[in-house]
Amino acid sequence: MMDLFNESMDSRQQSAAAFKAFMLKKSTKSNLNLYDHLTRLLMKVMDERPHDVVDVIEDMSREIKLTVFEDKQSTLRDLPQTTAAEQLAEQQRLLFAWLEDVGQEEELVETPFPNVSEIGFYLEQAGVGLGREEMQRIYLALKQLVESHGLPRCRLWGKILGTESSYIIAEADYREDEQVEEEEQSTDEAAEQEESEAKEAEENETKEKDLPPQSIYKPPPAVPKEAIGVGTNKFVYYVCNEPGLPWVKLPSVNPAQITAARQIRKFFTGRLDNPIVSYPPFPGNEAIYLRAQIARISAGTQVSPQGFYQTGEEEGDEEETPHDNCEVNPDFEGLPVAEMADSLSIWAHHIQHILQQGRCTWVNLATKPEDTNEEEDDDEKEEGPDESEPEIGPPLLTPLSQDAEIFNTPPWSTKLSSTLTSQHAIAVVRSNLWPGAYAYAVGKKCENIYIGWGLKCTGKGYDPPLPPQPQKEYPSGPEITESVDPSVEDEEAMKEVLEEQQAAQEDAEETDEEEEENDD
Amino acid sequence: MDTNSLFCSLELVAGSGHTLNVEQRTALETSSAILKRNYKFHRVLLWGKILGLRKDYFIVQGRGEDEIKDRKNLYSFNCVDWFVLPTATDSMIEEVSKLGTGQFIGDPSFVYEINKRAEGPEAVEEEGLKVTEETRLAVTVHQIDEEASVVPRGAFVRSPHSLVQINRSFGGLSDAEANKLHNYLHFREAKNVKEKSILEMGDLNPALDFLDVLSDDIPKGSWSLQFECARKVCVLRSLLWLGLTFYHVPMTQQHGYIYTGDGTKNLNLPFML
Repeated sequence: MMDLFNESMDSRQQSAAAFKAFMLKKSTKSNLNLYDHLTRLLMKVMDERPHDVVDVIEDMSREIKLTVFEDKQSTLRDLPQTTAAEQLAEQQRLLFAWLEDVGQEEELVETPFPNVSEIGFYLEQAGVGLGREEMQRIYLALKQLVESHGLPRCRLWGKILGTESSYIIAEADYREDEQVEEEEQSTDEAAEQEESEAKEAEENETKEKDLPPQSIYKPPPAVPKEAIGVGTNKFVYYVCNEPGLPWVKLPSVNPAQITAARQIRKFFTGRLDNPIVSYPPFPGNEAIYLRAQIARISAGTQVSPQGFYQTGEEEGDEEETPHDNCEVNPDFEGLPVAEMADSLSIWAHHIQHILQQGRCTWVNLATKPEDTNEEEDDDEKEEGPDESEPEIGPPLLTPLSQDAEIFNTPPWSTKLSSTLTSQHAIAVVRSNLWPGAYAYAVGKKCENIYIGWGLKCTGKGYDPPLPPQPQKEYPSGPEITESVDPSVEDEEAMKEVLEEQQAAQEDAEETDEEEEENDD
Repeated sequence: MDTNSLFCSLELVAGSGHTLNVEQRTALETSSAILKRNYKFHRVLLWGKILGLRKDYFIVQGRGEDEIKDRKNLYSFNCVDWFVLPTATDSMIEEVSKLGTGQFIGDPSFVYEINKRAEGPEAVEEEGLKVTEETRLAVTVHQIDEEASVVPRGAFVRSPHSLVQINRSFGGLSDAEANKLHNYLHFREAKNVKEKSILEMGDLNPALDFLDVLSDDIPKGSWSLQFECARKVCVLRSLLWLGLTFYHVPMTQQHGYIYTGDGTKNLNLPFML
């Protein structure tokens, strides 16, 4: 019995030993063996004790194999690689630099930059926001902007999303010395333009006469730019891609850019120097396009409750002339929130409407003195009567209930931020024409923000404008048009007519002769 | 995005400008637990919000055992009372495609009427088609899921029984991988049966690569890939369905997508790139 048992034990031990030897056999490829691998795997399972181990055992086994190949002691020198996140962190660290100048702040009556965290708090109730941390970074970035540029007043305008990165946009008042500078610049530009035009004209004259025929197309006279601090150029805008990166000042906008921006539909990329490839061609790069869209969005969507702003008080009873400016009403008492969330007539635009011309105030182009040749003057005289009808936009502080409906959708939606605790809710208005534009009001506070793609709602679809008719190669006249060959019927009819005429003539001649004879 | 991790995931997609206020978040957390029990969902996702002229629709998606096939969408106005959306069928999709592309009203029983133009003898037979807004909503949600739902590669595995389930050992894409569009997949039944060369097939794993990749989308450039939140979170935005935002934190399991928009497809995309 014992012998038998011993024998079987022996054979079993032998087979086990054989199997162990098999498992210990090293792979020719990886120089690993299964025995050690399984030991490590079981040790890992015992250490970590994951639940449902059997489902993930393959992955654990793979992980163990990977750790074998990890090169821990490399003789190569460590090559430091800075990631984008690290670079940004370096720059954002400057936002958190704290300067000890407490005494100065007490003197200031009004801080030039807004309380962004409070705005963020209200916006979050409205279901809008950029995230609390991002808002805090923007807050610090705005502080940095105000301090470094010495801006008198600044607010967070919003954010425009781009395909590669986004723009954070700050709106600021012009400094007084800045206004003068800008005006000088613009006059310089105009002078340069005139000079270049004059040069071109001279060049044309001096060239030989065998040139191909010149285009007779004369561009319509350019609408003059609005002065700094007026209309579309009332504010200056600063943009940056990420809070902490340097703020870039956008150039002022001119009417031609606004008109062109109205006709195209392009995504922003996030690079200010990116050329805009579109039809009709856009005059300028993305910075200018961005500025034009900002002007359009501001004019369309900056709203506040009635009474929050008041028009500048002027003497006399000139009520018909539209006011150009409005200021914050210090006596504004606040309106009941439920009422604001209910009717649009309580809300009013506080930025001037942009006319078809691309300006806020209409300018008569026909009376503008121009040093052009006579032909153009003739043209202008013909077109004059049509053009000189002044466009009048809605005056400032027009209630939203008078906004036109486009594509059968009401332009605004209002709501309360909360249904359960409506006692402490805030009133929110959302623009349906400019998706992403919001305004809220609660008590004496009111703010606007735009976060979106910077594009207007198009309704059914966008139709790019068709190219104009090509110029004719030659003037069409009777000499070069082919006449239709007459058919047999036509010829016969013609013949009859001719015969009749002849007969009539003969009759007439005969009577004439008779008369002559009678005269004789 | 999973309703269990709303507090953090909503912050990560907030760069697109939309978020939920605290009242809605808390209501959603409470009601999603109840939904999960009542409908026997494995998990409940916040799908997004469709903005209407009068009211906004909140939409959640319940997922069953199979993450692609067992889906059910529900809508609500207050994040508490949920109503099941009908499953979109081909006939519904066709009916809705005849509608205009105006904004949603915010009333599920609103009826859109399609007036037929009298064109030839066939038009006389067809009655004016009537479509409720609920149908339109169901179709829109279905279309967005079909065309713009995104998952990172490896987050889901298809088991040998062809069940699609969460991959427990998914450790997230690495920073370098997260930068490439071909590491993101459409979370729908694969449609593009594109022949791949053996060279491309080398890295593919049939358990992970059973979905279409975003980089094959037409037109090229219909996705915007950026790093946000101090350049630590990878954010993808669909330019075809403006309002769809996807986020993924590299080297973690966190990923998800949300749609907040007016529910209209950006048909002008070719002009805008």
